[in-house]
Amino acid sequence: MTETQRRGTAWLNHIPLLILSFICIAPIALMISISLSSAESITAFGYSFFPHALDGKAYAYVLSASERIVRAYGVSLFVTLLGTCLSLLVVSMIAYPLSRRDYMHRGKLMFYVVFTMLFNGGLVPTYIFVSKYLHLKDTVWALILPYLAAPWFIAMLRTYFAQLSHEVIEAATVDGCSEFRILFTLVIPMSKPALATVGLLTVLRYWNDWFLGLLYIDDTHLYTLQLLLYVMMANIQELLKTAADTGILEIADFPSESARMAMALIVAGPMLLVFPFFQKYFVKGLTDGAVKG
Amino acid sequence: MQGQIGQEQVGMRAAEAGIKVGSFGKGTSFRKRQARHLTILALPAVLLLFLFQYVPMGGIVLAFKNYRYDLGLWGSKWVGLDNFKFFFTSADAWRVTINTVSLNFMFIVAGTAGSVFFAILLHEINWKRLKQFYQTTMFFPYFLSWPVIALIVYALLNVDLGIVNKALEAFGFEPVFWYSEPEVWPYILLAVHFWKYVGHGAIIYYAGIMSFDRSFYEAAAVDGATTWQMRLYVTVPMLFPLVIILFLINMGNIFHAEFGLFYMVTQDSGVLYSTTDVIDTYVYRSLRVIGDIGMASAVGLYQAVVGFVLILSVNLLIRKYSAENALF
Repeated sequence: MTETQRRGTAWLNHIPLLILSFICIAPIALMISISLSSAESITAFGYSFFPHALDGKAYAYVLSASERIVRAYGVSLFVTLLGTCLSLLVVSMIAYPLSRRDYMHRGKLMFYVVFTMLFNGGLVPTYIFVSKYLHLKDTVWALILPYLAAPWFIAMLRTYFAQLSHEVIEAATVDGCSEFRILFTLVIPMSKPALATVGLLTVLRYWNDWFLGLLYIDDTHLYTLQLLLYVMMANIQELLKTAADTGILEIADFPSESARMAMALIVAGPMLLVFPFFQKYFVKGLTDGAVKG
Repeated sequence: MQGQIGQEQVGMRAAEAGIKVGSFGKGTSFRKRQARHLTILALPAVLLLFLFQYVPMGGIVLAFKNYRYDLGLWGSKWVGLDNFKFFFTSADAWRVTINTVSLNFMFIVAGTAGSVFFAILLHEINWKRLKQFYQTTMFFPYFLSWPVIALIVYALLNVDLGIVNKALEAFGFEPVFWYSEPEVWPYILLAVHFWKYVGHGAIIYYAGIMSFDRSFYEAAAVDGATTWQMRLYVTVPMLFPLVIILFLINMGNIFHAEFGLFYMVTQDSGVLYSTTDVIDTYVYRSLRVIGDIGMASAVGLYQAVVGFVLILSVNLLIRKYSAENALF
């Protein structure tokens, strides 16, 4: 078959891809539509991709800064920012020694890290140790510490650091630089793409996490956005409770369905904003780190 | 060996630079000092892994105890294998094991096939803008959290308001009470899992294809290969090692279920447990809802040990197949 003939059937490839693309983004359109629909139109017509009657009440409610939502936003933001910064620090600090071929404990240390990916004590011992012995229950640290030293990210960064020029590091050693300084003034500045990849993956992990909250957080003041959304979904009363706090809406005409969707969009929003940045680094980052580990 | 070479090079560079080699001529003491500094750097991560990974490993003794909160880990009584007996003689053991393995197996097979399919199509698209559009949109669900996805599924399947039932009604069918129909849930979960991960998988395979030597395609084109011949005789065979490795890695994790999918998307509905209850949701419920800590630990240990054996076997297989891709 000639080149022109091949081109002749190439358009067929677009059909499955277009369908997949549509299926992947359609739910977001649905959520936006529901969040903008009036309560009456939802009752009358059900959910739909195009609002029958536009209504901004859901957003008025969510943006009226109900204390719980603002708090949850704050907790999520704090956990994500602090968690990501600390995690990058801790992960690079161990990835650097692991990338040094002349480090005598390299093999043992790598085994120590990798073994945690193969075997773990499981949910119950972890839960009991963290809550009863470390006393982290209902503290913000329970949402941060367990994810700090992520073995997978350590392995990814180690692989990247190991590809850096050894001559530069050796030269710095000869010049009398401490290992600490080599890491922070040489290795880290040379590794920006890798740190960006791991950093964004860490942001995603912290922001989207609800599991640690579900396990360790009973105090509603420490709910993250994801946890609050889950609680509101599981229990419509929670939603009304939050609505009552605001005092600006009558419970009777509270747009619970659309408010939930507005809330979900607000929860997903920040990730959708950083999404284009992920996109840029991902194809490379994924293959470098994930496959070759 | 590597270390020795590195040390020699340092010595040579030092000599070149006109620095007195004597100051660290005794390689061992220098190496030790250097190693100590590197170890100090690794310390925070070592400590965190110790606290959150290694100490809980010691906690697996809980599986052999009748744990009481007031008595603590050491005070609680030993009960031997009672927790295991209790679990394995119940109908639950069989149910959650079968559910976990069969659902995960479905996810892996469908996910792998789908991802490879879309990766190949994506690779053949020449229109750059559109290619980027596909990449972006198919990656999109990967960025959504389980609570958000659960709400999306709810918007589709809700009995009175959901899109699916509205569509059924429009075509003259009876509405379905999705959240109380256990038989359909394996397919719903499969669809949701596929939806969330297929684009991510496709992009991994796509990146794999991009790393292939272009000359194979050029040679095939010169020989007059058709699109299908290129796919079957160039792309697929070259992609095969990557497919096998990722497939095996997933198989190694087949005993671990995606908790958010099974817990949130199903709304943890008891009616659906017969087809949706997996080891992870079962352990969580035993721990946080029922409070049977002994049994929850026993099931957790069962999962961890079988999972460990699976990963070791998988690694053995990979090493046999292509040594350089073995995990360890």
